[in-house]
Amino acid sequence: MIDEGLKSELRKQGVYVTSLQELYNWGRANSVWPLTFGLACCAIEMMAASMSRFDLARFGAEVFRPSPRQADLMIVAGTVTKKMAPLVVRLYNQMPEPKYVIAMGACAISGGPFKQGYNVLKGIDRYLPVDVAIPGCPPRPEALIHAIMTLQEKIRNQDLTGPNRPRHLNADVEGEYPVPAYGKTDLEPPKNPAVWQPPTLKR
Amino acid sequence: MQTAQNSYLVLFLLAIAAVGFAVTPLVAAWLWAKFFSPQKPGKDKNDTYECGLKSSGDAWIHFRSEYYLYGIIFLVFDVETIFLLPFAVSFTGLPVGAFVAMIIFLVLLVEGLVWAWRKGLLTWR
Repeated sequence: MIDEGLKSELRKQGVYVTSLQELYNWGRANSVWPLTFGLACCAIEMMAASMSRFDLARFGAEVFRPSPRQADLMIVAGTVTKKMAPLVVRLYNQMPEPKYVIAMGACAISGGPFKQGYNVLKGIDRYLPVDVAIPGCPPRPEALIHAIMTLQEKIRNQDLTGPNRPRHLNADVEGEYPVPAYGKTDLEPPKNPAVWQPPTLKR
Repeated sequence: MQTAQNSYLVLFLLAIAAVGFAVTPLVAAWLWAKFFSPQKPGKDKNDTYECGLKSSGDAWIHFRSEYYLYGIIFLVFDVETIFLLPFAVSFTGLPVGAFVAMIIFLVLLVEGLVWAWRKGLLTWR
């Protein structure tokens, strides 16, 4: 393993050295393909971010795929109703590894202004492992771009091997998350305890 | 002689390079998947993709193929208009033989229409 000081010294002399991990993560971070998946008004901001004014293509993330088979990133853009939540989880399950989730806007994070509604899921992180959460109602396209840059930073720092390696490189970790079913009054189960635990008050 | 042989050699090398260009990434991806990225098939992932909804029913169903007759009849008369237009334009200067040939052509087509009509194909069920 080459240390950082020697690497930067070599770089000054015009010699670029890299590792397989760095190369792999560099390629992955710059080709994050999102799923075409808009749930509510946040999707309008998502569309704006992919258009020429904000130009998500600068980050390699403009290729919105209408099929989960080809997508890496699920941008949960908008209010997730309880009717829609199983579909969201199923779509996530149908995406190939490695896959990431951005919860865009107050609704996707917590239910937002509709939190008290009987039909609104109070945050998609109850069922899916959210990588980046964007606050705002709705967040501006710049915020989405920032979220994608944050995600890229996260991807770049992932290890190829070792105990901290991401889920898609670990054969022991399940790739699918349980899809909730429509119960009598609520989704069943109301949350995935492996992903989300209700916050506890510390007095 | 020398140049002729060399030209084929270049073609051969180019073909090898082209095949290598296509096969190398595939092999690299396969090796990568084998050594680093384990496959994770699952019930949902292997299921039919349908916008997140569970697909319902069988895809192998019967559906009516009657539309193809409409398609054929339309095509026949579509082609007929193409022939009718020059026929109408040069109608006054036509010899008798051409006129008779055109009338036979029209009668044949009308006969087809009568056949389709009598068979009840023009009624949408």
